[in-house]
Amino acid sequence: MSQEDATPPSLFVAREPIFPRRVKGSFRTMKWWLLALMLGIYYVTPWLRWDRGPNLPDQAVLIDLPGRRFFFFMIEIWPHEFYFIAGLLIMAGLGLFLFTSAAGRVWCGYACPQTVWTDLFILVERWIEGDRNARIRLHRQPWNWEKLIKNGVKWWVWLLIGLATGGAWVFYFTDAPTLLRDLVTFQAHPAAYITMLILTFTTFFFGGFAREQICIYACPWPRIQAAMVDEDTLTIGYRDWRGEPRGKQTVAGNGDCIDCMACVNVCPMGIDIRDGQQMACITCGLCIDACNDVMDRIGKPRDLIGYLALTDETRERAGQPPKSVWAHVFRVRTMLYTVLWAGVGIGLVVALFLRSPIDVSVTPVRNPTYVTLSDGSIRNAYDLRLRNMQGADAQFTLAVTSDVLVGMSLEGAEELTVTVPANETMQQRVYLTAAPNSEAATKDRSEVRIWVEELGTSNRIHQDTVFNGKEN
Amino acid sequence: MCAKPVKKEPRQVETTGHVWDGIEELNNPMPRWWVWTFYATIVWGIGYSVAYPAWPLITGATPGLLGASTRADVAVEIARVDAGNAEIKAKLVAADLNGIGADPDLAAYAERAGAAVFRTNCTTCHGSGAAGFEGKGYPNLLDDDWLWGGKMEDIHLTITHGIRNTTDADARYSEMPKFGVDELLDPAQIGQVTEYVLAMSGQDHDAAMSTGGAVVFAENCVGCHMEDGSGDPTQGAPALNDAIWLYGGSREAVTESIYYARYGVMPNWNVRLSEDEIRAVAFYVHGRGGGE
Repeated sequence: MSQEDATPPSLFVAREPIFPRRVKGSFRTMKWWLLALMLGIYYVTPWLRWDRGPNLPDQAVLIDLPGRRFFFFMIEIWPHEFYFIAGLLIMAGLGLFLFTSAAGRVWCGYACPQTVWTDLFILVERWIEGDRNARIRLHRQPWNWEKLIKNGVKWWVWLLIGLATGGAWVFYFTDAPTLLRDLVTFQAHPAAYITMLILTFTTFFFGGFAREQICIYACPWPRIQAAMVDEDTLTIGYRDWRGEPRGKQTVAGNGDCIDCMACVNVCPMGIDIRDGQQMACITCGLCIDACNDVMDRIGKPRDLIGYLALTDETRERAGQPPKSVWAHVFRVRTMLYTVLWAGVGIGLVVALFLRSPIDVSVTPVRNPTYVTLSDGSIRNAYDLRLRNMQGADAQFTLAVTSDVLVGMSLEGAEELTVTVPANETMQQRVYLTAAPNSEAATKDRSEVRIWVEELGTSNRIHQDTVFNGKEN
Repeated sequence: MCAKPVKKEPRQVETTGHVWDGIEELNNPMPRWWVWTFYATIVWGIGYSVAYPAWPLITGATPGLLGASTRADVAVEIARVDAGNAEIKAKLVAADLNGIGADPDLAAYAERAGAAVFRTNCTTCHGSGAAGFEGKGYPNLLDDDWLWGGKMEDIHLTITHGIRNTTDADARYSEMPKFGVDELLDPAQIGQVTEYVLAMSGQDHDAAMSTGGAVVFAENCVGCHMEDGSGDPTQGAPALNDAIWLYGGSREAVTESIYYARYGVMPNWNVRLSEDEIRAVAFYVHGRGGGE
């Protein structure tokens, strides 16, 4: 055909609404449990308490932004220990690689908040408007009181869920009971209300209206995942060699698929799995449940639609049994991911147990590098930052060791002892002084080591720095 | 994704009508909200450029209906901080000069405010590290040697009124005679007293000339620099028996100082700094390692 004859193609179309039908089965049951578990963790976690002593918050999981601190049960992360967070993020990334290469888009199908909240929103929709057919009828009928009331109630429930979602989020950032009291008495910080407002409406919009479009158009993760799957990766597929040609069972020569559309009707993404693997499929497993239900009823074997890998297809077409699920999961690739994942995890745990409860940094003052005192002695200044990561005030005594002879003194203190309040970093100017014409005073650079020892404990740390003499 | 498509009856997908070598270009249209979002951003952009400063003009930009100005925001922010500091500033002004360090809040404020004042006003002469310029007459504020005294009161007085300036009647003043220029001493005597000064500070010197220099010193210099050369902070006379030299401690530098005389000038800061700022910077200077 010539281009001149062609009518210009439409570049944009309206979204086709999707009305997933209710389904029963093992995957659906598992998804309900996962939904309850994950939402439970999300909503309950901020309310868990963990006693850390008098000076620290007792919230088990707390991201204390003003205090620059992250609390996770017995673990306390300081800003300079951000590598723990980086390590956890690497582990999360490797974990996703592992699960994706083993079982495809399991994250999308079972654990992604978009999926979980959409599932919850569809559940609400079904409670209020009825199952698929009732919802389609309601959608098609003109606006009247029934439609208005049902939609209104649905939207209010969605908004309430969104409000709870945003509300739970802000509890992670400050003491939950206090914040809840402040929230209901309208005394909380505007940031809390604004965050809740934004999250309420994004939840409402993403879960209620955008739904599968987030996965198809907005989310980068499905695109990245494509690089992590291979022919042994488990995905959901339709055994067309068994099902085709589809049609009535009474007609001789037809396959097992009776073209009942159950798999299409239950799909939250609105796709037909029988068209083969496709971009929109989040592998939630609901079509498996739907098809198995039908197969049971017509007395055919299950798993016309099921978890299978690309390599299974050739085997099954040749009449061989499929490889077991475990053979797909335990492969060199997944083992490597597991080893990397565990390696990072072990490294983090080791680092966690080896870290010192005190931390020191010594910065030589370079402007000027040295000061000549009236008796001719040479003095260097150092800014010492001493961090006490313990729940109680601590006293520290300072000392210096070196091959050359230098004396130590502190700005504003008679003795070499400083007190650092609990959970604070204190800065102290330290002076090292070399006697007139001594080795240290005349040498350009001398190595020195500054020691910090906590009184009454075995905590002792040091940092090396240099002493600058007068260049003659 | 990876699995091979198993389409028996592929769903009809619209094509754009473009065909090359038998390859058809399919048309999977974008959702309609996508294009709406695009239009919405355009509308938003127009609204934004009307509400906020946007379009460049010759001397600036269109001001925008909301009157937003980051410059005005800064002024408001500074006013807010100033208002917030009013209380502690009053406390600083009321405090005993030697009692600032005892109050941790006051000390922390004075240290920071003093550092800011120092960076803005003092670094030109005394250097950003307060080390002065050795040999150029700008005193080092880090050491333990003070021309006009190193106690809090002395430093506060020096900063407030300055030294040897003509703008503040309360500025402390002293003037070293120009022993060479005004021919108060002959060149031989200057040579002798130079050796004596070198001897006093423990440097290499000519012993014979130094002995003669002691007489010259006793007759001309002890009034200000004291018999032992320890100087007099009440007159701003530097100690000559130590290792610190404002204009250099070499034979040439000392000779020059005696011949031409030295007197450094410092402006009075009471006209540019408020009392709380003077107190803060005095506290800062006092805490640099040399405060008495």
